[in-house]
Amino acid sequence: MTDPTPPERGASPMSGAGIIAEHESHPLFLPLVFLGGAIFGVGLAMSQMARPEIVLEFLQFRDLGLLFVMGGASVVVGITFWALTLSGRSAPMTGKRFGRRLKSMDRDVIVGGGIFGVGWGLSGICPGAAYASLGIGNVVILYGVLGMFIGAYLQGYLRETRADAAAPSPAD
Amino acid sequence: MHEIVLLVDTLFPRGWEHYLFGGLLIGLGTAVIYAGTGIHAGASTFLESTLSYGSKLRRFQQPRFIASRDWRVVFTLGIVAGAAAYSLVTGEFGWTTEVQPWRLLLGGVLIGIGTRLGKGCTSGHGVCGVGSGSRASILNVAIFMLVAIGVAQFVFALGVRP
Repeated sequence: MTDPTPPERGASPMSGAGIIAEHESHPLFLPLVFLGGAIFGVGLAMSQMARPEIVLEFLQFRDLGLLFVMGGASVVVGITFWALTLSGRSAPMTGKRFGRRLKSMDRDVIVGGGIFGVGWGLSGICPGAAYASLGIGNVVILYGVLGMFIGAYLQGYLRETRADAAAPSPAD
Repeated sequence: MHEIVLLVDTLFPRGWEHYLFGGLLIGLGTAVIYAGTGIHAGASTFLESTLSYGSKLRRFQQPRFIASRDWRVVFTLGIVAGAAAYSLVTGEFGWTTEVQPWRLLLGGVLIGIGTRLGKGCTSGHGVCGVGSGSRASILNVAIFMLVAIGVAQFVFALGVRP
């Protein structure tokens, strides 16, 4: 995975200049995110989603347990998002107004879902479960994590070069 | 009554309780982060936001990735740590998959492309989006679920195991 652009020359800051990181809004932001991630990780390990075999057995209708995993998670999240959104309040650590997660509907949502589905069905892994899989000591999953980074890079590279071809902008 | 027990055993040969409790915890982790920060934490944005540390592509140098990349690394480390702690306690640590590396790698590439193009994965669309009642998320989940079922059945029919 090599970046096609030449190495940095120092003059152009790589990134981050002038952008305030979201976690700087509160000293407990990062500890909370770590705690939430850890609970999430325990859930993925307990539900066996960290094991690709179990996910594949669900997709092959040999063990439908994943229905309980997604159902249980969605209900907890649904109630929390609904109640906090209804409260009309803002999040204590960021001041961000509570709201639902609504992504715009377009062709990408459909095409992307299809491509993700092929990958999920072939391998039995998805991003969160792959990180958890590494946690349970399944080092072989690094092939999958590496693949995900390659894929994410590829789509970024292709979308950017295609956008540049459509609307020429200064080369970089 | 006996028939129902048999049906449950057939559909859920490993039981269902740990699936439900695990799912509730996945939801709780997401809810904890949301209650404190108002952020809908999904797992796949980490891929692009982390690439922003090393790639100068404008696609990755968007403010939304740069502003969130640090906490997304912490979120991912939390997932790894939580799963590690659970598996150490239960003695499962060190389990490794039998799924072939080529499937993990190729599947991973498609997942990287698909989740970023489709704006989310099983946690972003599947948990946060469905929990929000988002129509785009429900459509996305229905599509990846149906396609994944088809592909997994096809691969199985070809004799590829596990």
